[in-house]
Amino acid sequence: MYAQMVKSTGSGVKSRDEMSDEERAFQDKVDADIKIEPRDWMPEGYRKTLIRQIGQHAHSEIVGQLPEGNWITRAPTLERKMILLAKVQDEAGHGLYLYCAAETLGVTRDDLTEQLLSGKMKYSSIFNYPTLNWADIGAVGWLVDGAAIMNQVPLQRTSYGPYSRAMIRICKEESFHQRQGYDIMMKMAQGSEAQKKMAQDALNRFWYPSLMMFGPSDAESVHSAQSMAWKIKINTNDELRQKFVDQTVPQAEYLGLTIPDENLKWNEEKGGYDFSEPDWTEFFEVLKGNGPCNKERLGDRVKAWEDGAWVRDGLLAHAEKKAARKVAAE
Amino acid sequence: MAAEKNLLLEFLLRQGDNALILGHRVSEWCGHAPVLEEDIALANTALDLIGQTQMWLGYAAEVQGEGKTADDLAFLRDAWDFRNVLLTELPNGDFGQTLMRQFLFDAFQSVYLARLLGSSDETVAAIAAKASKEVAYHVERSADTVVGLGDGTEESHARMQAALDYLWPYVGEMFESDAVDTAMAESGVAPDPATLREEYDALVTRVLTDATLTIPESRFAHKGGRTGQSHTEHLGHLLTTMQWLQRAYPGNTW
Repeated sequence: MYAQMVKSTGSGVKSRDEMSDEERAFQDKVDADIKIEPRDWMPEGYRKTLIRQIGQHAHSEIVGQLPEGNWITRAPTLERKMILLAKVQDEAGHGLYLYCAAETLGVTRDDLTEQLLSGKMKYSSIFNYPTLNWADIGAVGWLVDGAAIMNQVPLQRTSYGPYSRAMIRICKEESFHQRQGYDIMMKMAQGSEAQKKMAQDALNRFWYPSLMMFGPSDAESVHSAQSMAWKIKINTNDELRQKFVDQTVPQAEYLGLTIPDENLKWNEEKGGYDFSEPDWTEFFEVLKGNGPCNKERLGDRVKAWEDGAWVRDGLLAHAEKKAARKVAAE
Repeated sequence: MAAEKNLLLEFLLRQGDNALILGHRVSEWCGHAPVLEEDIALANTALDLIGQTQMWLGYAAEVQGEGKTADDLAFLRDAWDFRNVLLTELPNGDFGQTLMRQFLFDAFQSVYLARLLGSSDETVAAIAAKASKEVAYHVERSADTVVGLGDGTEESHARMQAALDYLWPYVGEMFESDAVDTAMAESGVAPDPATLREEYDALVTRVLTDATLTIPESRFAHKGGRTGQSHTEHLGHLLTTMQWLQRAYPGNTW
């Protein structure tokens, strides 16, 4: 899940009486789980919110290549290098499907890219954290992809057809990503003292940023209520965070690693763990651009885009010449 | 007549190291390509090359018979033990230089691997069968990109010509032959690369002409990679990065 703090437009969910005929027909389809397709009528707010959400998700896939790419050249075995390359390649592919899904809503990939590079659109806060040791690559797969899957599995049922179909493809690959991450963690946790230290260090640094991926509590948010009514958000942030913690704690125990939270405790009554909230001040600082790697991540993307301008222009010019030659020959 | 073990090993290291070092270089691009489709294509190329490395170095380790693995050969040899041609270890430069390097190497691979399909060594033939399918795609893509950028804008043309001028002196080494090549040719394992130059030149000339680029006249060739006699300064840095974890934590499993 790579969409955080996505604002829907409008001031809250309209009652049926307040809706126009078109809005009512639209909501009936959503309620009946009939997919909305690109040519169907849709409220402007639905379109805009989806563009923000899908765009932010796509950007996250693209920026998400960078922290993992940081270790491709240092992967410790040929097999690990191949698995990591395949994973990063999948992520670029996810970005591509998602940009295509967003394009069906009337925005171009170049527009979205410009908005990312100018800082107008965001990507997930998690990718502003550094990958400092090899176990971080395990932690990214286990925790970050694990948190992403929590949100993406329900989104396979989202109301917008192209988004739902992209999610179905993405989820298949994400579960492979999570497994490979956990496999790295297992090797490290069962390895030498140095490797165990790397594994614990990775968990210490990635735990709270992973919890932040779900965003702050949105139980009271009008934006979330609207997105849920439109079925472009299926669960609240707190529900997903709880589910993630409940799933992850036993996995950490199995690895023999300690989750860095003194307040972590099984709560029999609610059938889940009690746990500490992440530092939301830090979260908002990261969103504002003050995370440990914001400058580097966006700087890398801007540089790639600017350095690549001559390539894009060159290939475009060639395609135009080729088309002109073909016309001339006919 | 089976090839002598040490010579066969030397031949296999040349194949494996070419794939490993170029694969590593290409993987350095991750997340920094000019357009998303190119990020995907570069990762895919690197992935194929590392896969080929596993096959070549896996077989090399088997022939060597000292109980080593492909990983041992990749991560625990020093620069002077590497047998890749210098072309593969040169820095990426801009996207044009990376793709020109890829094309000049892919063109060689496409010609060479086609011959290895009929190798008298069954394992070599089997590796070539798998690798040649991948290389057929690589050469098609790198050739298309070289043509697109060579015959693109004034700037892209100038950059591609500069890349060609820089890389051309590293082409000749791929066609150098020595006692290893003679032995491989005599035992039917692999052709003498010197005999493939004409076919290579025809392929490369066709593509570079379409790309409106001029092949430098000089046939001067930098050498020393495939014999291990003298690599460039770049290789040591590449190995420092690539081998770091294995060197810093010897004997750990990952």
